[in-house]
Amino acid sequence: MTKDFLIACGAGFSGDRTDVAAPLVEALVADGRPAALFFESLGERTLALAHIRRSEAADAGYEPLLAEMLAPVLGRCLEAGIPIVGNFGAANPPAAARLVATLAASAGHPDARIATLAGDEVSMLADRAGFDALGIDRSPRGARHLAANAYLGARPIAEALSQGAQVVVTGRVADPALALGPLVHHFGWSWEDWDRIAAGTLVGHLLECGAQVTGGYFADPGLKEVPGLERLGFPIAEVRADGRAVITKPPGSGGLVSPATVKEQLLYEIHDPAAYLTPDVVLDLTEVSVETAGADRVAVSGARGRPRPERLKVTVSVDGGWLGEGEISYAGPNAEARARLALGVLRKRCRGVERLRGDLIGIGSVFADEAGSYLADRHGSGAAAWPSGTGGFADVRLRVAVETTTREAAESALREVEALLCCGPAAGGGARGALRRRINTWSALAPRAPIEARVEVTLASAAELAGPAAAEAVDD
Amino acid sequence: MTETAILPLHALAHGRAGDKGDRLNISIIAFDPADYLLLSEQVTPERVAAVFADRAPTSVQRYELPRLAAFNFVLDGVLEGGVNRSLNLDSHGKTLSYRLLGLSIEVPAGRLAEIRQANER
Repeated sequence: MTKDFLIACGAGFSGDRTDVAAPLVEALVADGRPAALFFESLGERTLALAHIRRSEAADAGYEPLLAEMLAPVLGRCLEAGIPIVGNFGAANPPAAARLVATLAASAGHPDARIATLAGDEVSMLADRAGFDALGIDRSPRGARHLAANAYLGARPIAEALSQGAQVVVTGRVADPALALGPLVHHFGWSWEDWDRIAAGTLVGHLLECGAQVTGGYFADPGLKEVPGLERLGFPIAEVRADGRAVITKPPGSGGLVSPATVKEQLLYEIHDPAAYLTPDVVLDLTEVSVETAGADRVAVSGARGRPRPERLKVTVSVDGGWLGEGEISYAGPNAEARARLALGVLRKRCRGVERLRGDLIGIGSVFADEAGSYLADRHGSGAAAWPSGTGGFADVRLRVAVETTTREAAESALREVEALLCCGPAAGGGARGALRRRINTWSALAPRAPIEARVEVTLASAAELAGPAAAEAVDD
Repeated sequence: MTETAILPLHALAHGRAGDKGDRLNISIIAFDPADYLLLSEQVTPERVAAVFADRAPTSVQRYELPRLAAFNFVLDGVLEGGVNRSLNLDSHGKTLSYRLLGLSIEVPAGRLAEIRQANER
C-alpha cells in the first residue's frame, strides 16, 4: 500500500498573503509523510494583466509577488524533499524559472532542479493558422488579438516530477492540475483510472483557492464565526491511495475547517456539479460526501470521474482599450441629489467614451474621523446633530467608470471628474482617478492534439538557469 | 392553516459566488439539512431570476445536491461581460451571493422558533 500523500496550497490568488506558506511547510515537515506544496496565482484577470506586463517588458509577465511567495520556503522545501508546483509562470514561465533559480542559488541550492512547462500559450499557432485552423469555436470580433492560452492538464506536471524536478513552473494549467500532478506522480494512478483522477482533481479544486476552504471568505458575524481570521491557516489535504482525503490546516493556525467551509468551496466556480470539465477528467460531484473527522478536519470522498473531454479550454486575450475610474464624494443635506447632478454633468461632458457607468456608494466616509468614532456612533449622538428630514447622514461617493478605445479619451473623462471640484455641484470632495489598460478575454474550446503536441517540459539546474538571467541583467 | 413567518434566506442558508467569463454561479447551502425541502420549494430558478431581473440573465439553471443539502445556481449573462470587461466595481460579481441571500423565505412559525433557539445557543 502506497503511503498517504500530503498536499498543501500556499496561495489561492495573485496577491494572496505571503506569510502563510512557511507554517504549511513546517506542518508538512513535522508530519513526515511525503508531501508537496503548490501555489495557485493565475486567474482570467491576472493572466490578462500578465500579458500586458510582458508586452511592456520582455522579462516581465509572471507573478509579481513570486519572490515574496517563495523566498520564505524555498530552501526549506528543497532540503526536506517537498516539491513546489506553481502556475506563477503566468504569461512568462521561463522568466519566472530564472527568478526561482536565482532564489534557489542564493539560498545555497545551485543544484536545485527546476522544470519549466511550455506550450499553454497557443498564440503563435493561432496567429499563423488563424483561429479557424486551430479549431477554436469562437473568435473575438475586430479587437487586436494579443495571446491565447490553453488550460493544460496535470500530465506534464507529473512528468516533470518523475524527471526529478524540485520546482515546477507552469503558465496556464487547470488549477486543480497543480495538485493532481503531484498526486498522480506519488500514487502512480493510471490516467484512465477516472475515479482516482476525479478524486485528485477534487482535492485540487478544494485547495486551489487557499484559505477559501479554511475559513477565509466565509465569516459572517452572528451566523458563521471564524476564529483568528487575521492569522488564517492555509489548507493541507491528507490524501489516501484510494483518493479519499482529509482537509485540514496547520496546528495552532487561525481559521476553520468545517463541513460548511468545505461545501462552499466545493461548489465554488462550479456549473453543472455532475460534469465539472477539466483537461484530465470530467468530475462528478453529486455523490461527494463531506463529514467532520475531528477538530478542523473534514473527510471528503465520493468523487466520480468520466473520460476527459476531447477539447481543451482556451482563453483568448484581446486588446480591451482603457478603463478609467473616477470618484468624488458628497455628504450631508441633499447629498444624493448633488451626486446625481454631478453624474448627469459627467454623462454630458464625457465624450469619446465607449461606455460610461455611474455608481452611488456610501455609509460614512468624508464626515468620518480617523479614530472611527463617527462610524461607531452613527445612530448615537451624531444623529441628534442632524434635524430630521435633511438626509443629513447621507454620505454618497459617486463613482464613474468609462471604457475607451484610446488612453486620451480615458484621461479626458478623468479630468471631467476632477473638474467637478470647481465646476460641479456644491461641496464635492475627495476626487480621485485611476487609469488602466485593459485586456478582454474570451473562452473557447480547441482540439487537444495540436496543443498537446507542443507541450514541453524543460529541466535545468538553478545554476544553469540563473547564469543566463544574470548575463541578461547586465545586457539590459 | 399553519402560521408562517418571513425570513431572509440568509437565516437559513449560506453560499458563495463564483465567476467564469460572463457566467455566475451561486451556491446555496442549508445550515440545517432539514430545511432542504423548504428551500427547494421556494428558492426556485424563477425567483432567482427575479432577484437579478435588472441584469436580464439569459438563463438561470438550478442544480440540486441533496447529499450536501445544497443547490448550485448558474446564471448566464449577468456579469456585464465578465471580469475583464465589466465596469462594475465588483467585476467578478463576488458580492452577488449576498444579493440572493436577501431573498424572502416563508417558514412555518414553529420552524422560526427553532431557528431562534439555535441562534441563541
